[in-house]
Amino acid sequence: MVDQAILPAALDSGDVQTAINHLKEMYPGKVQDDTRQGYSGVIIDRSVLVEAATAIRDKLGFNYLSSVTGVDYLGFGDHLEVVYHAYRITGGPALVFKAQTPRDNAEVPSLIEVYPGADLQEREAYDLMGIRFHGHPNLKRILLWEGFNGHPLRKDWKEAYYEQEHKPFDSRWPAGYARRAEELTVFGKNVQYPADLDLSRLSDTTESQLYSGMGLGVDVQDEVTSEGIKTDRLVVNLGPHHPSTHGVFRMVVELNGETVENLEPVMGYLHRNHEQIGERNAWNHNMPFTDRLDYISGMSNNLGYALAVEQLLAHGARYTPPTYRAEVIRVLMVELTRIVNHMWAIGFLLNDLGAFFTPALYAISERERILDFFEATAGSRMMPNYMRFQGVARDIPERIRSTANQLNDRVRDFNTMDYLTELINERIPGAIDELDRYLSDNEIIKARTIGVGYLPKDMAIAYSAAGPVLRASGVPYDVRRAEPYSIYPELDFDVAVRYNGDIYDRYLIRLDEMRESVRILKQVLPRLEATKGESVFAGNKAIYMPRVPLGEAYGRVENPKGELGFYVISQGDPKGPQNPWRYHVRAPSFINLTALGQMSKGHKVADIVAILGSIDIVLGETDR
Amino acid sequence: MYGTGILKGLSVTIKHFIDTYVEDIKYLGRRVLKTGESFQERQGVASRGLYTVQYPEEKIAVPERFRFVPFLVVEDPDHPERPGDDWCTSCGICSKVCPPQCIWIVRGEDPVTKRPIPQPEAFFIDIDICMNCGFCAEFCPFDAIKMDHDYELASYDRTGNHIYDKAKLSKPFSYWYGIAPTTATEEAADRGGWEHSDVIKDMKKKGQPATPVSIPYPEVRAEWATAAASGAPAAAAVVEAAPAEDESEKAARLERRLEALARKRARDARLGIQ
Repeated sequence: MVDQAILPAALDSGDVQTAINHLKEMYPGKVQDDTRQGYSGVIIDRSVLVEAATAIRDKLGFNYLSSVTGVDYLGFGDHLEVVYHAYRITGGPALVFKAQTPRDNAEVPSLIEVYPGADLQEREAYDLMGIRFHGHPNLKRILLWEGFNGHPLRKDWKEAYYEQEHKPFDSRWPAGYARRAEELTVFGKNVQYPADLDLSRLSDTTESQLYSGMGLGVDVQDEVTSEGIKTDRLVVNLGPHHPSTHGVFRMVVELNGETVENLEPVMGYLHRNHEQIGERNAWNHNMPFTDRLDYISGMSNNLGYALAVEQLLAHGARYTPPTYRAEVIRVLMVELTRIVNHMWAIGFLLNDLGAFFTPALYAISERERILDFFEATAGSRMMPNYMRFQGVARDIPERIRSTANQLNDRVRDFNTMDYLTELINERIPGAIDELDRYLSDNEIIKARTIGVGYLPKDMAIAYSAAGPVLRASGVPYDVRRAEPYSIYPELDFDVAVRYNGDIYDRYLIRLDEMRESVRILKQVLPRLEATKGESVFAGNKAIYMPRVPLGEAYGRVENPKGELGFYVISQGDPKGPQNPWRYHVRAPSFINLTALGQMSKGHKVADIVAILGSIDIVLGETDR
Repeated sequence: MYGTGILKGLSVTIKHFIDTYVEDIKYLGRRVLKTGESFQERQGVASRGLYTVQYPEEKIAVPERFRFVPFLVVEDPDHPERPGDDWCTSCGICSKVCPPQCIWIVRGEDPVTKRPIPQPEAFFIDIDICMNCGFCAEFCPFDAIKMDHDYELASYDRTGNHIYDKAKLSKPFSYWYGIAPTTATEEAADRGGWEHSDVIKDMKKKGQPATPVSIPYPEVRAEWATAAASGAPAAAAVVEAAPAEDESEKAARLERRLEALARKRARDARLGIQ
């Protein structure tokens, strides 16, 4: 153990390098600099990982664990690596620390005691990468089912219909004869049964494992409450097919009477192994796939991925950063997306509270106009695929125009800048105020939401909550200010913050954030006018398979739902196939669910529906 | 007072309710007359209340950049020199840049020398796999593959209908100009004329000027028609010669296609695929 006395009193400030030096002093020989080309941070020996992480949190002040993920370095040292990105909640860059473990019997100590926010992320790493986290109280698969064979993010794992290690596939050109994938057999090279398998005795233990430790199995557990009422403890499944779960998501709740005693989120119904697809893809192939993560806010997802890859590209010799106009357009798109998303979130929170669809439709009617603009600019309403590395795909059009043709006849024609000006100065603020007038004082809403789903400040940080959930608990943490990107440093806006940490504050903070977004957009408009005619893309349009220099990068943006991070690694032969070695998504919807159980304890069944609505999850991102 | 918040909220509901009717009455005549003017206003930033588009009787024309399953640009059927010719050179960039890998191209090759020729022998897009990202159109150096506006692709049989072949994918250039005049003109300006970039190169070698973009494409087409009608001997000769040439080429193409099919069958048999 470390001698506490020799440590200076205040270490929780200073830059990351100072923190790393202190860490090395504390654990001599156990903490090494990561010296691989393009890498940063430290590699901590797994034997001291828990103590070192405690020191990182308490002594060095990196108390917010943003992301935990695994990387398989098959062929590059043949080890697995767990990568942690910890931040100070007061802002600043990350302390990246890593722990390595051999591929066989991969095991590292769990950091759940230090950072409770590692809970679901460690389960995900166990599920997809096969790393056991020693000391994790509930180390089960999370996205896949219990009987799944293998860990799909390992580099030697092959999916069904496996064709080739990397895209582009050779079978597409020059002799590309199309065949439907269904005609191939799934049970070809990819499915292996153990020799002693008896199919008739095959059973799935997912459910029984899930319920173990819950009230199930005790048929009638008579309990007498203080009022003398006999109650049973009961396990109820909310979902997966339930309209209030915002998608195919399931909450297993243990009830005492109608009070929730225990809640476990069950997810993965929409799992498609996004990350593994991303590793088969070439670098720019991933851009349209990011649209499908949080499909309400595709534009911001694009930006996160573009920022991550641009960090890597910046290592290269011939890199020009995006032009100013490109950055202005990016901020315009992202802030409009935030309004779209929060409108949607508020509308559906009201649905969850039982105000069926009238508030939702009022909220999303303005969204339609924003989406019309997206459609005219990017070509699609929700799947924009608009950002590119070093810029955006195309400039915003002169006019939002449609032409009558043999397919469609109802035409519109607006001047884009007039349309945007009207939208930003009049319509959106009007819609926000109207929502405020419509809902904020409503007595039923107040009765249902004030004091419900309380998440205290320290717990919000510990559980790695992000976005409105974190800020509604009194933590003014916003990536746009904490680690600024794009042109945010020159824009004047405040980080919205509320202090009560309940559903009502999570509703109010979304209104606040939309108002701040409008404030930003009003500053973006003159910049759009001023930069008219400038280029929006700094790269070479003819390059269709960009080469990405070696290294790792973690690009994060303040997505409407919270902090969206992309951890990307470029490895391998610089002249070989150009695809990400690792492509990890730090999904805010997924990680915000870590605190769901905590928020729901002691509330009624109807309340947990509202609590879930107040977190604002989207399953495309949760399940990936 | 308890309940005032609810009443305040309900006033918003009433406002929405009335707004829609006020607008309906205001535009009543124009809506019935279907001038389209009311549509423009009621679906824009000046509208109040709600307006329902009566799909499928009414269809909102999508903006130019709207993207749906791609199509291949071919020359117009009434083109005086190259009717129906492919713009695609089967370079394969679209199939490489396609994120879900839904494009299959058989590169054309000369039947005698076996060397690649700039024309696809076959071209397939599996519309079930296509994610409408638009990369193929964005990166095509020849402006030969474009995103369509036709989003009504539902069919009764997904097994036979959803792999589009070259015949189904090919649409004339005038169609592309029809759905996206601004973009088509911009691209033509980048190429230096209305023709395919390879044709422009050839013309430059011969010292001929390309058709300038300053003339709108419909006028260019109208000129072909007048030239053909006025019976200008040179143009007429070309028009007459063209179909004959086309016939022989078509036969050759069919032959090549059959050969390709036979090769595919042989390969399938070798691999044991039914």
